[in-house]
Amino acid sequence: MTTAAVRLDGVSKTYGRGPDAVQALDRVDLDARGGEFVCLLGASGCGKSTLLSLVAGLDAATAGSVDIGQHRVSLMFQEPALFPWLTVAGNVELAGRVRGEARDARRERSAELLELVRLSAFARKRPHELSGGMRQRTALARALAQDADVLLMDEPFGALDAMTRDILHDELERIWRQRALTVLFVTHNVREAVRLGDRVVLLSSRPGRVLEEFAVPHPRPRRIDSAEVASLAADITDRLRREVSRHAR
Amino acid sequence: MPADSAATQTVSGLDELELAPPARRDLPRLGRRFWKSLWPKLLAIGLVIGAWEAVVLSGWRPEYQLPGPLPVARELVDQVTQASFWDSVALTMTRAATGFLLAVVIGTLLGAAVARFAPLRAAIGSLITGLQTMPSIVWFPMAILLFQLSESSILFVVVLGAAPSVANGLIAGIDYVPPAWRRVGQVLGMRGIGLYRHLILPACLPSFVSGLKQGWAFAWRSLMAGELLVVVPGALSIGVRLQGARELSDAPLLLSYVIIILIIGIMVDLVFGAVDSAIRRRWGMKAAG
Repeated sequence: MTTAAVRLDGVSKTYGRGPDAVQALDRVDLDARGGEFVCLLGASGCGKSTLLSLVAGLDAATAGSVDIGQHRVSLMFQEPALFPWLTVAGNVELAGRVRGEARDARRERSAELLELVRLSAFARKRPHELSGGMRQRTALARALAQDADVLLMDEPFGALDAMTRDILHDELERIWRQRALTVLFVTHNVREAVRLGDRVVLLSSRPGRVLEEFAVPHPRPRRIDSAEVASLAADITDRLRREVSRHAR
Repeated sequence: MPADSAATQTVSGLDELELAPPARRDLPRLGRRFWKSLWPKLLAIGLVIGAWEAVVLSGWRPEYQLPGPLPVARELVDQVTQASFWDSVALTMTRAATGFLLAVVIGTLLGAAVARFAPLRAAIGSLITGLQTMPSIVWFPMAILLFQLSESSILFVVVLGAAPSVANGLIAGIDYVPPAWRRVGQVLGMRGIGLYRHLILPACLPSFVSGLKQGWAFAWRSLMAGELLVVVPGALSIGVRLQGARELSDAPLLLSYVIIILIIGIMVDLVFGAVDSAIRRRWGMKAAG
């Protein structure tokens, strides 16, 4: 067995204190092997985003431990949030600039990453001149510019249309393979999770807890509209529905 | 790899479809656009001059009190061909620039401090807005007590008039940096000075520029009030000339100075407007053109 790139051990997170305290995560155990693609799936309020910000080190767990070893982590959001005063290449270079890297090294890497996300022709454009999918690919290049080998993605394709999303799934899969990334991918789209993941982890809501894990045995590349993806997605959806109805009064 | 090149084609095909067709910029259309924005202005000026002439012709006031457009235009041409007139413009503009730049420095420092430290904001945040709405002319008696009839007292009031707008522009800009951008800054590891350099300062630029623009307007008003009230011996500014024209009851001269002051105000505003729209275009906050 390959060693875990990310390991969460009994992680709990509570916001606030006393009677107003909200427990976002409750004793979550989760491992992701190096190079594994793990999809985190859950209804609203399952603490998916909280979990990612704990792994990214933006927030501290109330209890338990988050271990990412020597790995470098980067985080991507639903909105690309590119900076409008910079060009596409400038946005990708920003991570290097913040770290005080030499200009040539920065340039070289941003050129390489834009090649990777197939945006070389748009390096000198401004973010507002790109389409939504192209902006999200730029954000992906910016995240990779941090030399991350663990990529945390918080519903990165949630705001895109179905066609663009389908193509970006192919693109992400290709880049994941090429770069041997470990990916934690949060989504509420069951088919998307089955399309992309080696493993789909289902979280409960309020507080977030690991309900069940589904290995996805189907060979890649998969298609989001294939029968096998649909059938596993249907099973997971049933499980998710039971969890959601538990919250009904 | 054939599979890969097929993928490349799909991706670039989708990119092509999703992008808006490039805007064409041919010269005749540029000329037409220029004319489209010009003719309403020309028409408005024509209407104002017409109405002015009509009032003069109606005999509401004798001609030595309210001259028509023609004698004023003649006086205006006469003025702008004199070297001493341009010395006065230079003096007034130097005062305006000095006061405005000082106000920018003070306003920026003040705004940055208020945005950074919560207690300071609680203490003087609303005071800054209060100062901004206060007619700065009320400071002149105080300024004259402090600095007598000197350049300093004019400068004092110009800075008091303009600095609050500059500070407020910066504060608003910092307050409205979108949370999504701040999160990206956090993920990219921005902290301290780096956070300001790479994120906060560039992000607040549009708001800062509108603060500058408003600050300029206040500085210009304060300066004109100051030049009418505070006559520094030996300094023949536009304001002094205006006052002098009134004392001589030279109505055409007086009106030509008023027009000069209006034109200077409009021209500086155009510069700020151009900077503002350049930023907006770069940021994609408005359609090109």
